[in-house]
Amino acid sequence: MEELEHSLFLVDFFNKIFSRPLTSLLALIGIEVKDPNHLIPDHVVMSLMVMVFLILFFGLSSRKLKLIPSKFQSVLELVIQFFESLLVDIVGEEGKKYLPLVGTIGLFIFFCNILGLVPGFMSPTSKLNVTVGCALVVFVYYHLQGIKSQGLFKYLKHFTGPIPLIAPLLLPIEIISHFSRPLSLSIRLFGNIFAEELLIVIIASIIPFILPLPFMAVAIFTAIIQAFVFVLLTCIYIGGAVAHSEEY
Amino acid sequence: MKKNLKPFGLLLFFLALLSTPLLAQETTLDPVKTSLFKWSLIIGGAIITLTVAAGAFCQAKAISSACEGISRNPGAGRDIRFLLIFGLVLIETLVIYALLITIIILMVQWGKYV
Repeated sequence: MEELEHSLFLVDFFNKIFSRPLTSLLALIGIEVKDPNHLIPDHVVMSLMVMVFLILFFGLSSRKLKLIPSKFQSVLELVIQFFESLLVDIVGEEGKKYLPLVGTIGLFIFFCNILGLVPGFMSPTSKLNVTVGCALVVFVYYHLQGIKSQGLFKYLKHFTGPIPLIAPLLLPIEIISHFSRPLSLSIRLFGNIFAEELLIVIIASIIPFILPLPFMAVAIFTAIIQAFVFVLLTCIYIGGAVAHSEEY
Repeated sequence: MKKNLKPFGLLLFFLALLSTPLLAQETTLDPVKTSLFKWSLIIGGAIITLTVAAGAFCQAKAISSACEGISRNPGAGRDIRFLLIFGLVLIETLVIYALLITIIILMVQWGKYV
């Protein structure tokens, strides 16, 4: 893929500023940097930008909250309500306390997907590293929440299924299915965004003028759907982990 | 003046189309490599085609039975819609795995491994 993408202006600019001090820092630990001009890869710079945007935008807009919302505030409240209603639907009324992580991951992935459509930027989620990071965070988080809400032994017991006789049969299946969750989460997101960017690049290399436009419109749709799917699956995993055994 | 502008713009657009860089492929006609590349194209195409056919069939079946369920009992529409989206996502994931495998097969530079 490297030969298809020229280096982005912003990444070059970022590297020009930060690669010198980072190289010297790495040399202190004892790591030799081979290519100091391309030290920081594209997806790191892009996900840093999304992070800064999210922190500034949502942080600053939550400074002056009013009881009677302005237009801007009510739009943002719609976003929060969407995540909250999803959590309440799936996890139950106590699911509201998981809103910070779920909302953050949903917004981060959505803006990462959308960023690839802006010229001069790329989607950080079209690299496997970013999606694996998100999926691992979800994996660790729902196990921790399950242990926290049910206790360690009760949570581990819920892996063995309802009948003790077939527990040795069910235990490996459950363990495999739990470890396949971050795999499928990360590869689904990565595959979608990567394939979509590849499609746009290939179409643009044939006729770069009007033909890529419908594919970019489809890409907006894919970005929304994939962010929604990631959030939905996160909610389902959390709901499965914190569910009490009588409901199970 | 304005009348002339339209054909002129169209002409410019077609000129720009003509001058677009088409995919310039340098073919080194090593018979072993070309046969490997041919096979990788055929297999990659076959994988994604078969998977898309199977996935589309399964998604159509899921959607049709969900529609039937909702039309029989609109009160349960919310639950059915949730299950439908969940199932469609799981089916779609499998197709995307196949797509990734196809991309990997096509992107490997087979010349290095002959």
